[in-house]
Amino acid sequence: MEKYAIYVPRLVKKEENFAPGHRACIGCGEALAIRQAFKALDNNVIVANATGCMEIVASQLPFTSWQLPWIHTLFENTAAVASGIEAGYKAMRRKGIKLPENTKVVAIAGDGGTTDIGLQALSGAMERGHDFTYICFDNEAYMNTGIQRSSSTPFGASTTTSPAGKKSIGQFSWKKNMPAIAVAHNIPYVATATHGYPFDLMAKVARAVATKGPAYVHVLSVCPTGWRSPTDTINRQARLAVQTGMFPLFEVENGVYKMSIDLPRLRPVKDYLKLQGRFRHLSDDVIAQIQKRVELEYQKLLENVKHGSKTAKRKSSAGSGKVPA
Amino acid sequence: MATRIGVEVSIAVADAVKMCNVDVVAAYPITPQTHIVEHLAELVANGELDAEYIPVESEHSAMSACLGSAASGARTFTATSSQGLALMNEVLYVASGMRLPVIMAVANRALSAPLSIWCDHSDMMSVRDTGWIQIVTENGQQVVDNTIIAFRIAEDPRVLLPTMVHLDGFNLTHVIEPIIFPEQAEVDKFLPKNRFPLPLNPDRPVAMGDFAPPAIFMETKWAQEVNLRNSRKVILQVWDEFNKIFGRQYYPVEKYHSDGAKVLLMTMGSSGETASVAIDELRDEGMDAGQVRLRLWRPFPFEELREAIKDADVLIVMDRAISFGGPGGPVASEVKNALYNQAKRPKVVSFVISLGGRDTTVAGFKDIVRKGIEIAAKGSKNEYEIYGVRE
Amino acid sequence: MAKSENELTWKDLEIGCIVTAPGSARQYESGTWRSQRPTYDFNKCIKCGLCALYCPEGCIGQNKDGNFEADLFYCKGCGVCARECWTRVIKMVEEVE
Repeated sequence: MEKYAIYVPRLVKKEENFAPGHRACIGCGEALAIRQAFKALDNNVIVANATGCMEIVASQLPFTSWQLPWIHTLFENTAAVASGIEAGYKAMRRKGIKLPENTKVVAIAGDGGTTDIGLQALSGAMERGHDFTYICFDNEAYMNTGIQRSSSTPFGASTTTSPAGKKSIGQFSWKKNMPAIAVAHNIPYVATATHGYPFDLMAKVARAVATKGPAYVHVLSVCPTGWRSPTDTINRQARLAVQTGMFPLFEVENGVYKMSIDLPRLRPVKDYLKLQGRFRHLSDDVIAQIQKRVELEYQKLLENVKHGSKTAKRKSSAGSGKVPA
Repeated sequence: MATRIGVEVSIAVADAVKMCNVDVVAAYPITPQTHIVEHLAELVANGELDAEYIPVESEHSAMSACLGSAASGARTFTATSSQGLALMNEVLYVASGMRLPVIMAVANRALSAPLSIWCDHSDMMSVRDTGWIQIVTENGQQVVDNTIIAFRIAEDPRVLLPTMVHLDGFNLTHVIEPIIFPEQAEVDKFLPKNRFPLPLNPDRPVAMGDFAPPAIFMETKWAQEVNLRNSRKVILQVWDEFNKIFGRQYYPVEKYHSDGAKVLLMTMGSSGETASVAIDELRDEGMDAGQVRLRLWRPFPFEELREAIKDADVLIVMDRAISFGGPGGPVASEVKNALYNQAKRPKVVSFVISLGGRDTTVAGFKDIVRKGIEIAAKGSKNEYEIYGVRE
Repeated sequence: MAKSENELTWKDLEIGCIVTAPGSARQYESGTWRSQRPTYDFNKCIKCGLCALYCPEGCIGQNKDGNFEADLFYCKGCGVCARECWTRVIKMVEEVE
């Protein structure tokens, strides 16, 4: 990750392509993440948006918060719509239709619209190798419809369809590893990011969009409404997710893993969990379970990073020329 | 020079799409549409058709990709059948609500369960209310002509609606027929050059697909309905234009010996040609019988229908689909609705026939007409008749 | 100013309900939502702009002195800016009617 660069006015463009006046909740991390993501891009972008929080808060007829070409159709088909736009532009360009040069297609969706209902379309689009970027804004539940669980909801979290109770600890399954699924599709760029580290997020979004072929960015977006946490500490919560290893920040370029932040030691997950009401009911046993699993997953990630640098070294020693980033 | 060749109708459809210089084809295979998408893939692979071919992973994604493509301003085509049409059902409503001109060939096939790959109109009937323009064909020439016509209608700036061209699965898709292919230069002249007026383009940002609160939703639907109704005028104009250039005239309701006939048989789709033979034989036997064939399904041709049947005493309507627990024949129920307020109207008898690929022969049709006349005279305790079920 | 959804007739609608005015939602006063408001001690402001980068509304801009200040027309009072400010320029106070 780059040095903490301040003096925002010099480094980040002023234009708000996701304009204020939108109807996101007070302290919405997802709105913040979208704002930051689009600050990293120029205006030569077409946005395909899934049904979800960000679509609803920004698009009440007859108004729109968007200052970029934008299309919303359904919940689960964002990647397919993006495929169609990309193909349409490709064909029209070939036939000599006058279009702006180098227009990028960016698909955005929530975790529900990506890891659950949208998984098929995303898998198809990645497999076909369309030149587009898919950004999943993960607030870890179906927030727009009232905080129902998704496959991205972390283990033990209480949601309205996985409520904590006498017979339940909340979400009963481990969070689906969507970045790994993206990597398994052999696409050139996969990254995780969060609005708690905005410069990292912006660099990754820019890199993803500049990549030729499919790129996937998974953005942890804090939802104080759904997570039952204070609105002012959303960035602190996001940073703790990273620092406890619950949401590691990394990039995978052509199969080679690279950590974005060097954490010599992970903070205990309790530091992250205790800030949020959705984990309030967890017993020490369950927290210990979570701790163990987080450490295991983090180890696996570090193995992938090591393996990646070994492969790169082997390749470069064999003279194939691909130098690790 | 226009050429007349014997060709499988599916191949002919793909060739027609090629003549229209389509930009994007989203393709998911399903029997009996497969030969259409296979031949399109071949044409693209050989460089004969310059288009982006997207081999999507489901029909839902096929129609979704078509939405994106049409929204970007590209000429877009896809094809499907029964289960695929059912799977993309929600996307169909979006296409028409968003006024995106997508052209789709539907190879009519029965809907599961039980699974059937053979022809009936249950898939067509399941998408009646989706807001698409729907044209039904009976032979290969009609399919080829109306595929070209569909692009012309859908992309017309006065219309801008997605359009379906229906052709019977297997009965049409897999038969070889003599088809006249027009000259490419004529097709180029006939098809519109203009593109979607408000496409997704960074030079002029638009937002498509806002949600509509109750305060405005009814207005959006009425706007959509008015537009679909008004498209009828354009469809008629385009059919006239097509006739002037290519010499074949199409009508919303086509007549076969129906003027003045007392007994009329109404059909939709390829079985209509078999029914015509039956009508010929009945007329030879002395019956004052005729046939009307429904070509334009949506927007429903109320005027043309009422005009075509005005002299008949009995109208026997063939349906190749069932509306379970309801009026039985969907087409018959719509026809009854169209005639309800008429001062003078024939007795309408509804027959459900040929489900799931069961053929109705010439003799069968003659039998149906005779039964229909009897029922019209004596009445029936049934809402509709189903033909050919073994008891 | 554009017609609201209660006033539009079916003829006013663009084809497919397409919205052709980018950013038109800026007319919505989301500031009416807040129950607390940022107050500033600009002596401490180093004009780093981090608050502007972290505002979910994107309503923080530079005033005529170059200090970063929230536009109260939009500010929902989440308090993120107060939290993120390095030099503790911002204090959230209760919004009194």
